[in-house]
Amino acid sequence: MLDWVVANVVPIVFYTAAVLVVAGAIGVIWFRNPIHAALSLLATFLAVAGLFVLQHAEFIAAVQIVVYAGGVMVLFLFVMMLVNVRTLPREYQYVRSLLPAAVVTGGFLAAVVAAGLFARSYLAAADPAALTAVEGQPMGNTEAVGWVLYRDFLLPFEVVSLVLLVAMLGAIVMGRRDQREEDAREEAR
Amino acid sequence: MTITITHYLVLSLVLFTLGVVGMVIRRNFITLLMCVELIINAATINFIAFSRQAGDVTGQVFAVFLITIAAAEAAIGLGIIVALVRLKQTVQLDQANVMRG
Repeated sequence: MLDWVVANVVPIVFYTAAVLVVAGAIGVIWFRNPIHAALSLLATFLAVAGLFVLQHAEFIAAVQIVVYAGGVMVLFLFVMMLVNVRTLPREYQYVRSLLPAAVVTGGFLAAVVAAGLFARSYLAAADPAALTAVEGQPMGNTEAVGWVLYRDFLLPFEVVSLVLLVAMLGAIVMGRRDQREEDAREEAR
Repeated sequence: MTITITHYLVLSLVLFTLGVVGMVIRRNFITLLMCVELIINAATINFIAFSRQAGDVTGQVFAVFLITIAAAEAAIGLGIIVALVRLKQTVQLDQANVMRG
């Protein structure tokens, strides 16, 4: 039994994570309560991080956990508590006619499957040691990602940080009360 | 029993499709944003799988960019939700039917 587990550890981890990913995703679109959906999304994020570890992307797995589970998830839950989803009027949650939805998603599915099957035979699996080496020198995965990121992709890196800055400004501007609303509050007091 | 890139591509496909289905059938704005996160995660799985297959770290660098963009998108989307709730007291998308505030 133990020998079998050791020999098949990669498929076992993959299928466990895959089941968690799909179950979490189904939960996101199934639960009516947004907080349950958010926790379900958290399971998907963590399972995806597990898949990254399985593919020699340890740094990305850590980033996935820190940014998604630590940042985005907290942001979602914070906003849900800020707008107090429980006191909002209860309304129907699903679009009633599912036929157009099924057609649209079925079309997407077919297109992507076709593209995947055509692309399949072009790539042979490479040596995973390349993911933890820079110019033939073996080193950690984080170091390898850092070298490529700051040497070959410095300009995109700066542009992305600009995008983050703009997103931050936009969130502040949209989250702010405007002056009229503030005056009305003062008068009501 | 080996796990090939096709396994990852099929998983990513399923995740992407679930995200699209959620975006189409749900009316709750918060759930819709979560479905966008699912779709971006599916794309990230693809990037990492091809990075592993090609033995090139560039795919992982792009995964970093994707995660950054996803975080920015979540911040903006949730800002819109806060503004929408302040304006209309709802997170249902079909209630947001005027463009001007």
